[in-house]
Amino acid sequence: MTDEQLEYKSVKLRRSLLKSIKHAGAGHTGGSLSCIDILNVLYNRILNVSPETFFSPDRDRYIQSKGHSVEALFVVLADRGFFPESELETLCCYQSHFIGHPTRKVPGVEQNTGGLGHGLPISVGTALAAKLDKKEYRTFTLLGDGELAEGSNWEAAMAAAHYGLDNLTAIIDCNSLQIAGRTREVMNSEPLGAKWSAFGWSVSRIDGHDYGQLTEALSGPLKRGKPSMVIADTIKGKGVDFMEGVGKWHHGVPNDEEYGRAMAAFDTQLAKREGVLS
Amino acid sequence: MSTPAASMYSEAAASMASELGLKKGKANLEVFAATVEELASKDRNVLAVVSDSRGSGKLGPFSERYPEQLIELGIAEQNLVGVSAGLASAGKTVFAVSPACFLSARSLEQIKNDVAYSDNPVTLVGISAGVSYGALGTTHHSLHDFAVLRAINNMNVVAPADNYEAREAVKAAAALKKPVFLRFGKAPLYDLGFEAEQPFRIGKARLLRNGGDVAFVATGEAVIHALLAAEWLKRNHALNARVLDVHSIKPFDTETVVAAAKGCRAVITVEEHLVNGGLGEACAAAILESGHAGCRFRRVAIPDEYTVTGSQADIFRHYGISMEGLAQTALSLAENNVPVS
Ligand SMILES: [Mg+2]
Repeated sequence: MTDEQLEYKSVKLRRSLLKSIKHAGAGHTGGSLSCIDILNVLYNRILNVSPETFFSPDRDRYIQSKGHSVEALFVVLADRGFFPESELETLCCYQSHFIGHPTRKVPGVEQNTGGLGHGLPISVGTALAAKLDKKEYRTFTLLGDGELAEGSNWEAAMAAAHYGLDNLTAIIDCNSLQIAGRTREVMNSEPLGAKWSAFGWSVSRIDGHDYGQLTEALSGPLKRGKPSMVIADTIKGKGVDFMEGVGKWHHGVPNDEEYGRAMAAFDTQLAKREGVLS
Repeated sequence: MSTPAASMYSEAAASMASELGLKKGKANLEVFAATVEELASKDRNVLAVVSDSRGSGKLGPFSERYPEQLIELGIAEQNLVGVSAGLASAGKTVFAVSPACFLSARSLEQIKNDVAYSDNPVTLVGISAGVSYGALGTTHHSLHDFAVLRAINNMNVVAPADNYEAREAVKAAAALKKPVFLRFGKAPLYDLGFEAEQPFRIGKARLLRNGGDVAFVATGEAVIHALLAAEWLKRNHALNARVLDVHSIKPFDTETVVAAAKGCRAVITVEEHLVNGGLGEACAAAILESGHAGCRFRRVAIPDEYTVTGSQADIFRHYGISMEGLAQTALSLAENNVPVS
């Protein structure tokens, strides 16, 4: 898939993400929009997982530590054919498996997450297992920037470097916001690059909405013998103009007028891109 | 104040044990380590994951013989459990070994989410459990582990009472492919016997002694004291005490516990745990819901107070988890002529 095709897909994914959230009347809108380009690249260019290979012991693992951005994961999994997109209409409904955080009841989900600071330790476990078994599969995990205040991340960071897990790539969806406000003001985790380097990781800081940069950073270990940290600078609410960089959209649901505006903007973008692609 | 008691048994209790022909075995921790090593020797997927706890887990020899099967994570219990969940999800048979006090508290959220909720088959091995650490104090005691782990869906909670049960529990946990918490102490234990008649099975209580006057329903390393008390009551007061060894706190053998309530005038639960949320409350609920609540009922456990200081033996004796203490409790209930329903 070309960058243009992926970018076109990203508009469609954002559109169905917002549709699901609107339908459910709940969801983590801002953070799902900030990480969807990362997931788009992972699932369409990097990970060797598909509905057919999901139970293979050799598949790549993707463990979403920032579980609240589950809507992004769900729309990407639906797009990859793990389940019909229509199932997302049951998001947050009584007895639906499509709840507000990832669960293994949903095809394609590796681990049940939602409590923050859990994905990296689990990922260290799967990466370590791959090393012990001399297998080639890689493990990826996605963290939020606010999430880095959880101490368990740093326990796992130490262990990943200690064991030289170059088959592990962690990505920070660094959208610089969390519920209470700007991450720098709530609990400053910068300088992130220096911190992860000091913990023994190989670090790359990129534009988390740039398909070329994402692809390059995620294609292989940044350095042999070290775990990789990709700090992806992103914009919370990316792709919906009135949501971009606005904290209240962390778990905001658009009203009918806002929703209509956002959908119209998506449709205009899609039409424009279809023109370019055809 | 007195010097710390070294023995878990008074002279009278020790001689009662020898008159019953009970043999002193090893600490369950040592049996755990030997059994895991045996499993590891046959299957390179068997891993012991430790948090600077290989020494206290008696895994020194294991780490020398199978260095690639011992994963050291340093003093970081949250990471210990999270990494163990990841290893288990990738097909490893994982024993996560850490002092019970830290494992069941600091890493409780990892146990709840990464192990139980995600259904990753980790065997959590709580070492030096209960008040094994004695005078090291409350930071090192685990008197809450039954309560918190019972309250987590998809957890199995097992407290072996002797070396036989410890060995069988380790093997059963590995074979079960489900989340399990095993609780081990470090004091040498008597072998309780009845291995052929009452084989170990997770979820099934073992009847160690039958009787119809009072029933001791005990778990883990407190069971032996109930067994000695039962014999003391027989000899000194002609009372017939039943002794149930409920090694599985979860799943819980409701049927056998309720049968004890139906068949005896009094039920006394015995556990090395806080009185809240453990075996005693599980029994109380089972008995009440069964409709056979006509028996008298008493929980012998560590009370909800600042735990008395001293060795494990001192703490047990102080709170009546001893042959003498349990016999006294049984007498006080049995002599109170409450009609049986
Ligand atoms: Mg954030």
